[in-house]
Amino acid sequence: MRYDVVIIGGGVTGCAIARELMRYRVRAVLIEKDCDVGCGTSKANSGIIHGSTHFVPGTLKWRLGWAGNQQWGRLSEELGFGFARIGDLTVAFGEDEVDQLREFQWRCERSGVPRGELWGPERVRAEEPNLSGAVVGALFCPTTGVVNPYEACFSLIESARRNGLELRVDNPVLGIRADENGLWVQTEHELINSRFVVNAAGLYADRVAEMAGAANFTITPRKGEEYLLDKRLQGIVSRIIYPCPSSTSKGVLVIPTFDGTVMVGPTAEEVDDREDLSTTATGAEHVFSKVGRLVPGISERDCIAEFAGLRAVSDTEDFVIGATTVPGFINAAGIQSPGLTAAPAIAEFVIGVLETEGLALEPNEEFLPGIEKPVQVAALTTRERQDLAATDPSFAQVVCRCELVTRGEVLDSIQRGARTLDGLKFRTRAGMGRCQGAFCSLRCMQLLSDSLGLPFAAITKRGEGSWLVIDREDLERRSGEPAP
Amino acid sequence: MISARVSQLRSAYPLVVVGAGPAGMAAALGATEAGSAPVLMIDREPEPGGILNQCIHTGFGLHHFKEELTGPEYAQRYLESLLEHDIDISTDSDVVDVDRERRVTLMSPDHGVRTISAGAVLLCMGARERTRGAIRIPGTRPAGVMTAGTAQKLVNLLGYLPGRRAVILGSGDIGLIMARRLTLEGVEVCGVFEIMPHPNGLSRNIVQCLHDFDIPLHLSTTVVEIHGSDRVERVTVAPVDEETWPCLDKAWDIACDTLLVSIGLIPENELSLTLGLRIDPLTQGPEVDSTMHTSREGVFAAGNVVHIHDIVDYVSQEALLAGRSAAAFVSRRMPPADNIRLLPGDNVAYCVPQTISTDREHTIYLRVRHPLEESLLRLGDVYERKLRYVVPGEMVSLKLRPGVLDRFHGDALRIDILPREED
Amino acid sequence: MPAAIDDHAFTHYLCIGCPLGCRLEVEEGTEHDIIEIRGFACQKGKEFAEREHTDPRRMLATTVGIEGARWPRLPVKTRTEIPKDLVLDLCRSLREVTARAPVRLGEVVVANALDTGVDIVATRDMPEA
Repeated sequence: MRYDVVIIGGGVTGCAIARELMRYRVRAVLIEKDCDVGCGTSKANSGIIHGSTHFVPGTLKWRLGWAGNQQWGRLSEELGFGFARIGDLTVAFGEDEVDQLREFQWRCERSGVPRGELWGPERVRAEEPNLSGAVVGALFCPTTGVVNPYEACFSLIESARRNGLELRVDNPVLGIRADENGLWVQTEHELINSRFVVNAAGLYADRVAEMAGAANFTITPRKGEEYLLDKRLQGIVSRIIYPCPSSTSKGVLVIPTFDGTVMVGPTAEEVDDREDLSTTATGAEHVFSKVGRLVPGISERDCIAEFAGLRAVSDTEDFVIGATTVPGFINAAGIQSPGLTAAPAIAEFVIGVLETEGLALEPNEEFLPGIEKPVQVAALTTRERQDLAATDPSFAQVVCRCELVTRGEVLDSIQRGARTLDGLKFRTRAGMGRCQGAFCSLRCMQLLSDSLGLPFAAITKRGEGSWLVIDREDLERRSGEPAP
Repeated sequence: MISARVSQLRSAYPLVVVGAGPAGMAAALGATEAGSAPVLMIDREPEPGGILNQCIHTGFGLHHFKEELTGPEYAQRYLESLLEHDIDISTDSDVVDVDRERRVTLMSPDHGVRTISAGAVLLCMGARERTRGAIRIPGTRPAGVMTAGTAQKLVNLLGYLPGRRAVILGSGDIGLIMARRLTLEGVEVCGVFEIMPHPNGLSRNIVQCLHDFDIPLHLSTTVVEIHGSDRVERVTVAPVDEETWPCLDKAWDIACDTLLVSIGLIPENELSLTLGLRIDPLTQGPEVDSTMHTSREGVFAAGNVVHIHDIVDYVSQEALLAGRSAAAFVSRRMPPADNIRLLPGDNVAYCVPQTISTDREHTIYLRVRHPLEESLLRLGDVYERKLRYVVPGEMVSLKLRPGVLDRFHGDALRIDILPREED
Repeated sequence: MPAAIDDHAFTHYLCIGCPLGCRLEVEEGTEHDIIEIRGFACQKGKEFAEREHTDPRRMLATTVGIEGARWPRLPVKTRTEIPKDLVLDLCRSLREVTARAPVRLGEVVVANALDTGVDIVATRDMPEA
């Protein structure tokens, strides 16, 4: 069997491309090395849809960034994931920084994007009373939004699958070769033949390109640590707060996430290891010292969880998107910030490249843009909850108390593809709250075990190797050997 | 366990108890014994008993029943007494809201989403465990890091084991109990690490849980990094200096597949916050008067939701009082309001209740900040008592007879625990 | 006499009577006779040291498997204390035991465990699921 397109990588880039591709009558498969989509860089980032005032004209990443920005409203309406255009404030601590904000406005005007509003100290105080009293002005950018990036991935891929995409997870690529029959992708489980291969392999995109003989860039991981704060702080700011950027970094931000948890970060540190997702004491210190300057009411005592993500930074510092010297092998690589923002535009751009390279784009008349939106009991009124419970009592059985997630929602997310504790957590928020799963994780494991017909001890945190518990009978087995 | 699930809930109860753990059960008992009935007890687990059901070890009830019971035995004794009274129990039910008119909204697969009017509400939600995130242990985020309480439920109720080789962070009683429990089940426990220079648990547990099994206790030492991408592979531990800063040059690695964190409990106060109760920053629980009444009319609280107890007998005692008081509120027989505020002073981390009155006997619970060998408890200039030995891990209880305050006419009393020269 | 002291054995215990946690020392003569107990601050401490030294005993609380119940494990305990040295062996032997619901609190699950004369009893009711 031969595919028209193989997409390598199920991050937000691959998921967006897959979904966009399904608007056409194309036979496509997405292969992902991990057990779920959206598990790498796409899961562990600031979740910001960057607005116009942060755009530096001239590069591909900012062109696609601004184009992508404007698509998120429609996407979230079609797919039902969490997105809100809450706006951001870049705050100035002195007149020199206010000048810098004016500079940003001129830059916006020159490139024809909304310039934002410059606020004086009174307006800043009125709108964001918890900001530091030392703030003398701010640039308000209304086009900035927050998104749950993993939810975006899950719903993009669900939409793509509904429209005919095949998805293979736990399926790392081992090699790629080209011959007169097109491209051959050897994975751990199968050999796939395809006319086109789209390389959306994120942190490993340079290695995948190398396998295909199309290596002309390298990827360096740049680590970002983020710290999540207790929901008690919900509302401490209502917009994303940026410091004035330095030449090297956008700095440490205060991000009111879509779900109401305040997040602070990120750090930016080049690392060697593409799997180094460790947080560090110095990272925490850096983040909390910077944040205290912006919003003095936040301290490290408010932290409930932390994580690190790796940005896939190419040696060109720009996106690497386009055809290569290997016919049919197309890169969608080096997707770092604003990669999430740009993803919908990157998808359209890649479709354009595929067409140029000879893929016939015959519209798929049966394409359905929407998916059934998952029920979110926490967001319902008591009345709505009562009605729902009357039709299905499982939506009145609470599994996760901190985030108010019901058994009905958990079962639905398993139906939609959750296979692991993390898969369930990122689809339903069960375990994301202040108790960090201490209460609900065993319940979630039980529901996964019952629904998937797997033994309790076979449930993992996030796929192979991440076993959670062992059977009493297995204790005598050799130490270090994972549970079956 | 005896089942007392109700098939039909009434739309109003004189008394609704949120939580059917040790506090909830004693509160319900206190209320019905004082003549308030029927009482509705609501719990999120499939059976009443709360955390007692997973605390299968002995050591409960020494004060209350004068014998050494296991957690499930203690729970069952209470439940058997409860069932002699007019008490409805709604299990598998989560209270999602309590409003200022004391309307309690619960969700449960049996009853759907129901709002019930209560004459008085008793908050007995207990506590939750602090997690890894609360102390920001650097490193990766693999499977195999869990709280000691979750591990306890896993082992004792569900019958699985958390891993093969475990390190325990924190020497609180749950951590010590789990060190023994895992050892008995054949899991290798590499050691218990405590950042403070003194253990946090009872000395009984140090001896019977650690010494008995040669499990090392490392004081002034903490976990500074977690390693392993999918599953815990090892942890780095390091001694800390007087200010609890880790001395990384003296760090060492321990190969293990499991890290249990037992670093303290936090009162579970989501509903208290929804209700806008005044929270004492020292206890992180609602402020209560000498009847266990909170800052909101008709809302009482008891047990770990108010402050973290170290033995269940005190929880029961405090909750019994709360239950009786709630019954008195419902029948409009509340005693006069308190007239003295207690102020935690030297070496007093907190005290509960936060206010007392001159006309009744009171039991005041308090906790010290630092261990003291020979000390003197001083209540303003009206009362003094010598204390033998105080540690933060063991609550001090002070019974105060009304006569003591006869000649006191102020409105605040400071409590100090001062060092005392040996006699 | 100093020379004789050399033959004496000194064992240390941490007193569990109260938070004081006295470090108790038991001095034992050549005939395994207790010569002196030191370090206690009260009579209870002295008694504890003596008992710990001559015949240390412990309660064992653990679980056994159970079939036909809501939970897969049944909590049990030794009815009275057993010699400390037997705790791990007893625990190991109980791993093979499976009870059958219903079980009542106090019901004997294993009689005369390891010939100690002590029964293993259920510590809760476990009705049929």
